[in-house]
Amino acid sequence: MPFKRYVEVGRVALVNYGKDYGKLVVIVDVIDQNRALVDAPDMVRGQMNFKRLTLTDIKIEIKRVPNKKTLIAALEAGDVKNKWENSSWGRKLIVQKKRASLNDFDRFKIMLAKIKKAGVVRQELAKLKKETA
Amino acid sequence: MSYKFHQFQVVGRALPTESDEHPKIYRMKLWATNEVRAKSKFWYYLRKLKKVKKSNGQMLAINEIFEKNPTTIKNYGIWLRYQSRTGYHNMYKEYRDTTLNGSIEQMYTEMASRHRVRHHCIQVIKTATIPAKLCKRESTKQFHNSKIKFPLVFKKVRPPTRKLKTTYKASRPNLFV
Repeated sequence: MPFKRYVEVGRVALVNYGKDYGKLVVIVDVIDQNRALVDAPDMVRGQMNFKRLTLTDIKIEIKRVPNKKTLIAALEAGDVKNKWENSSWGRKLIVQKKRASLNDFDRFKIMLAKIKKAGVVRQELAKLKKETA
Repeated sequence: MSYKFHQFQVVGRALPTESDEHPKIYRMKLWATNEVRAKSKFWYYLRKLKKVKKSNGQMLAINEIFEKNPTTIKNYGIWLRYQSRTGYHNMYKEYRDTTLNGSIEQMYTEMASRHRVRHHCIQVIKTATIPAKLCKRESTKQFHNSKIKFPLVFKKVRPPTRKLKTTYKASRPNLFV
């Protein structure tokens, strides 16, 4: 019941609306109840409403409003990229992006792979059924 | 971030006459949505302060003033004079924002919502960047905490673009974080 993800300096958040949709940003300072000063290695530091952010579990160690160099170093030290890509949430997003960027040939290859996988699973199932029967 | 109110520096003076070859030049910093309105506002204020009108004056310069450091958070104090239904009042308001234009916009919207005062009934007397020690309002002082930490209690999940908005949903939303 208690809260686990807090808005704090160093909290990594995902942008869920607007121009920077899908980006991971770091909350670098809090302006007021609805807005945070937000920074990422590839964008100018700017303000963002909390409604556009979804907090993640990842938090890095920074002081209030670090300069870009310190921020990038802290992101490396906290290993944010790997933590994100190995988390179930991050993996899901990567898979979604991959699926959205498939062309027809890729979808054909996937269809063949699915059929093959289903065939192997069905063989194993038939084997198990024969043993118990 | 596009702001409705832009800050302008307007410079003007009365037209030179035989009795006054070099009239005094006056400079004002004011907020308006565009340049035309800024010039008009300039003459409005100048008329109230000096014996000069647009017809016997000339505009010397109008420049837009941009924020020097739009990536740092500042506490802005705004002194204003507004007209309510019963008379004129002075007010001092504090805002936390990255730019002065943003805080002025916050001020106008707050005055409209809290006091039903429309934008044309508000005159900005003075604005200043206030250091954290001198802030007077609790609502700005509560954010002067280097280890600020709070949870987001109410989470409404929105579709990521306006196009994906639907009127009806299949299930009730889960609003917990």
